[in-house]
Amino acid sequence: MSDLLLPLPILIAFATAILAFFFRSGPEGRWISVAGSVAMLIAAAMLLSQVLTDGIQVAQMGTWAAPFGITLVADTLSAVMVVITGITGLAVAVYATADISPEMEESGYHALFQVLIAGVSGAFLTGDLFNLYVWFEVMLIASFGLLVLGGRRVQMDAGIKYVTLNLISTIMFLSGIGLLYGVTGTLNMADLHQKVQAADPGLVTVIATLFLVGFGIKSAVFPLFFWLPAAYHTPAFSVSAVFAGLLTKVGVYAMMRMFTLVFTQDIGWTHGLMLWVAVATMITGVLGAAAQTDFRRILSFHIVSQIGYMVLGLALLTPLALMGAVFYLVHHIIVKANLFLVSGVANRIAGSTEIDHIGGLYRGAPLLAFLFLVPAFSLAGFPPLSGFWAKYVLVKASLDLELWLVAAAALAVGLMTIYSMTKIWGRAFWKPHPGGTVPSLGSLSASERFFLLSPIAGLAILTVVIGLFPEPFVQVATRAAEELLDPSAYVTAVLGAPVTEVAE
Amino acid sequence: MADDGTDRRFLGGPAGWISILLPFGLFLWFAQHIPAVAGGAVLRWDVEWIPSLGVTLGILLDGLSLSFALLISGIGALVTLYSASYLGGHPHYVRFVCYLMAFMTGMLGLVLSDNLLALFVFWEVTTVSSYLLIGFNADEAKSRRNALQALVVTGTGGLAFLAGIVLIGTAAGTFSISAIEGSLADHALYLPIFWLVIAGAFSKSAQFPLHFWLPNAMAAPTPVSAYLHSATMVKGGVYLLARMNPSLGGTDLWFWTLAIAGGFTAVFASVLAIRQTDIKQVLAYTTLMALGTLVLFIGVGTDYALEAAMAFLLVHSFYKAALFLMIGVVDHGTGTRDATVLRGLGRAMPVTMLAAMLAAASMAGLPPLFGFVGKEFLYKAALGAPAMIWVTGCIFAASVLMFVAAGIAAWRPFTGPLAETPVEPHEGPWPMLAGPVLLSVLGLAFGLMPDWAEALVAPAATAVAGRPVEVDLYLFKEVNAAFVLSLVTFATGFVLYLLHGRLRSGLARFKPRFDPGWDRLMDGVAAGAAGLTGLIQTGRLRRYIFVTFLALGLSTAVAVWRAGLSPEIPPLDDLEVKHWSVLTFILAGALLTAFTNSRMTAVAALGVVGIGVALVFIIFGAPDVAITQLLVEVLQVVLVAVAMLKLPYLNHEYVKTVRGWDLLLAISIGAMTTVILLAVQAAPLDLELTAFFEEASAPLAFGRNIVNVILVDFRALDTFGEIAVVAVAALGAYALLKGVRRPSP
Repeated sequence: MSDLLLPLPILIAFATAILAFFFRSGPEGRWISVAGSVAMLIAAAMLLSQVLTDGIQVAQMGTWAAPFGITLVADTLSAVMVVITGITGLAVAVYATADISPEMEESGYHALFQVLIAGVSGAFLTGDLFNLYVWFEVMLIASFGLLVLGGRRVQMDAGIKYVTLNLISTIMFLSGIGLLYGVTGTLNMADLHQKVQAADPGLVTVIATLFLVGFGIKSAVFPLFFWLPAAYHTPAFSVSAVFAGLLTKVGVYAMMRMFTLVFTQDIGWTHGLMLWVAVATMITGVLGAAAQTDFRRILSFHIVSQIGYMVLGLALLTPLALMGAVFYLVHHIIVKANLFLVSGVANRIAGSTEIDHIGGLYRGAPLLAFLFLVPAFSLAGFPPLSGFWAKYVLVKASLDLELWLVAAAALAVGLMTIYSMTKIWGRAFWKPHPGGTVPSLGSLSASERFFLLSPIAGLAILTVVIGLFPEPFVQVATRAAEELLDPSAYVTAVLGAPVTEVAE
Repeated sequence: MADDGTDRRFLGGPAGWISILLPFGLFLWFAQHIPAVAGGAVLRWDVEWIPSLGVTLGILLDGLSLSFALLISGIGALVTLYSASYLGGHPHYVRFVCYLMAFMTGMLGLVLSDNLLALFVFWEVTTVSSYLLIGFNADEAKSRRNALQALVVTGTGGLAFLAGIVLIGTAAGTFSISAIEGSLADHALYLPIFWLVIAGAFSKSAQFPLHFWLPNAMAAPTPVSAYLHSATMVKGGVYLLARMNPSLGGTDLWFWTLAIAGGFTAVFASVLAIRQTDIKQVLAYTTLMALGTLVLFIGVGTDYALEAAMAFLLVHSFYKAALFLMIGVVDHGTGTRDATVLRGLGRAMPVTMLAAMLAAASMAGLPPLFGFVGKEFLYKAALGAPAMIWVTGCIFAASVLMFVAAGIAAWRPFTGPLAETPVEPHEGPWPMLAGPVLLSVLGLAFGLMPDWAEALVAPAATAVAGRPVEVDLYLFKEVNAAFVLSLVTFATGFVLYLLHGRLRSGLARFKPRFDPGWDRLMDGVAAGAAGLTGLIQTGRLRRYIFVTFLALGLSTAVAVWRAGLSPEIPPLDDLEVKHWSVLTFILAGALLTAFTNSRMTAVAALGVVGIGVALVFIIFGAPDVAITQLLVEVLQVVLVAVAMLKLPYLNHEYVKTVRGWDLLLAISIGAMTTVILLAVQAAPLDLELTAFFEEASAPLAFGRNIVNVILVDFRALDTFGEIAVVAVAALGAYALLKGVRRPSP
């Protein structure tokens, strides 16, 4: 069963991409994309439910037993990430039906989008290091295509910075894989977990550092985040929403996977470095946000800042901290993608994303104002929204380890996040529109209103639900963290009983 | 404000009715528990919320929480009734009511929660709803600014409080306040816990030096000022101190911090109150005085002090809410709140005057009002307090000035000859009068029958003290020191009232203004953030690449050093001429790339390096890889060279300035890579996979070329992914080229 179920989310997304490509010149493409996203989400949900009931699921591609073929693995973390990918994908696919112009559709927007989703899902599901690299490439090329779609000058500039810096990450990642293979002779992650035990820990740690920098670029941590604020404010709103939700999180996921399963030789160095990188990322990111006056630029810098929180959870490496990191990851994807979707509607009805040039959204578009307020305050960590629990757990985890400065930084950054979110609220929503107009959702057609606002509302409801009833989410996150901290179940699931045998 | 609306539905329509009935119903529900709680019972209902994080949602009703809950729901009902008239026709009335209800929920949750984390959740709900309510008149820049100020100040305190809660959880092993056993004073974490909780409480309850946001919060509509920023929310910090008194109180640190901050706030605020001309501002500062007094007496912590504090809590809530609502009626009826303008309104606004006079008399501490009872107990407690002189001095000064403020706010506007006002003075509608009248009459009733208040004050003081406290409230028993002090207060207050005009202009010269400092701080934060971001996010790709590689170089260097990696340099004697020549070839290409001033030459030279690498593959017996490498290299040079034609010329001056650094970094990274590679080479290679592929390729996968079998069978998924990459690259290129043909917007 899991042999079929595991690759299903990836396959559905690819199949949707191909179909959408063939129907790109009409409106059919967008509905194919929506239908495919629904199917992918269902597959992902089935996978998660199977993981939650039966434990870690493994599928050996081409029936070549691990570590010789490529293994797909879904532990709790992977399954959760695929579900959240499905949710984000569906929300953005629906939004895109009203957001993406027919010209962009004809250029293959929906196909690129679905390939991106496939790449992200693949990255979450693979249990093979080189295969992970392949998914990174799929994501990179699809995201580059989406980023420059539309072909405006700013997009080109952003695209070049984006692709150059991400290619550097790719080089580091690939070099790391080569070196690690040289030391261990394997690419299967579970197998790596075992084989690195025999290797020179010093050398493995050096290679780990290479991975850390490579993944650090992908996750946009300090001082490697340049590409993100350079790019995210330029593409179509649907594109920046899906980027904001998913791209950097794949980097964080990869880091979480490798630095719990494989690279735990010299935690004092790798995770210690991560800790201070996390703190610096939180601080520089939020200061960047405070300095901006563009809706999407503010949000972009916030991504950086919040990546810091997730990395912090990994760096602390306690059960509570890892649980917090997983919880934060899920919360962040939902909230962040949503805020970018809101910025698109604001741009539509108020005419700009430059918050000094717009205003009056509170008076004229109270529904949108409310739908902004929920994710915005969730992002800022106000209870009873999801962001509060995420922040609380990480602060508690820091204090439990008596890392006073780290906890203080996490809290102070929370304050600065409030400050910079209220900047958007104060200027784009509260302040009257400098043009004297009162922007209103009434300027959109009924169908636009529905397709733009229903995904926003859905994601906002999800934030509220997680905030009000966090218990099941906390439990799943705890389970994910436990699996990460004790990889024995993962290794056994992939490689079978301790003695490995050649398949048939 | 009500005049601009077209909606003249009875009491604001359905939204208004719900907003009035809900708090009223809650008030009745709470009220029915008075007898039980007065009898010493503590009622609780618990629901698990997040067991994994130790968070329980529940209601704990003791004297303290019941007193607060009654004030919140009772004043809430009166304020919403008032608002239905005050804002009933406002286009944003429904939003207003929603915020107010959200606030009430938060405030009730705050005082009823036994679990500290749940308490914090509600604490922040009040912060957010307060933010939205202060900014209610969002068109005005001042409202927006003041809302943000309140949010940032109380938000900062809130975050500190959150850290404090975490530490309390660590120290006490529970987040349930009632389950904390004994005092935490001896715990190693006491000091941080104390300061963090204090930061939360002082910011919320606006104690000096975090007081400045509260008078600014008066930008909110009057019912909000009456409800949030006087009667309930700002007492959240006081509530917290009272609630934590059994666990955190009783130390010298506790006493001196609360006594100094509370006492100073009380006196400082009442001096500033006299200075104001806007009566709403007068009331705002006297609220600060009340908060300071409460903090001071919780700090003193004797039975008398706690009893006095709890009585004063009720006293203040009655008169202050009444006065705030009253000034709203006056503003509504005359168009101004200026104390220097308003005179002689009594004839036109008799009901308002009645409420104002009663409430003001209570504020001035005149018998037979409840305010007199409260003040007597404050004096009595002060005279028996440690640091008696300070406590008594503070409370005496504050009481005298309260007397003056009461005169300014309520006596002067209604007496004397009628003065010209922007609007012909007229009495307010009944929903706006009900609140002030009822509250001020309550002040009289409790003054005449102080025993009534005992039912709440006694269990409240007991809860705060953490031990049974006997409470006996009375209007007059005997002539004692406190009574004499009261008489002196009246006399001094009366004299100062007569002189208050001169006092005000005198004080106007003394300007302890916090707002310019605040604005400078905010500007500084913005400028600092912009400056730092400008340094990091320069917009120059070249710099980004440099920093990225620098980070790589530094971190791997440290890792190599930590690992003590010093691989042996393999003997160079084995190298033959072909090796040396290829090496020279590659090196020459690299040096040329680095030092040429022409882009085109650099690209070509880079191609040389690539071809050199292909040669290496050939020498070591991998012709297929070499062919691939060669192909890619040639294509790359051609394509990049074509693209170069479109690029602007290189800025040679700039290149010169950075070349040295780039070279240094490149060489370091190259050296580092070499060291790592040599170390990896030195390790034995595990051939398990290779062995399997060799063995299984032909019999199981039916292919003799192992590389091919790996690509299309063993690792087919990789190949599938790579095919997708190529397809998408083609799609992307197609889209881009199509975009180029269209004129870009």
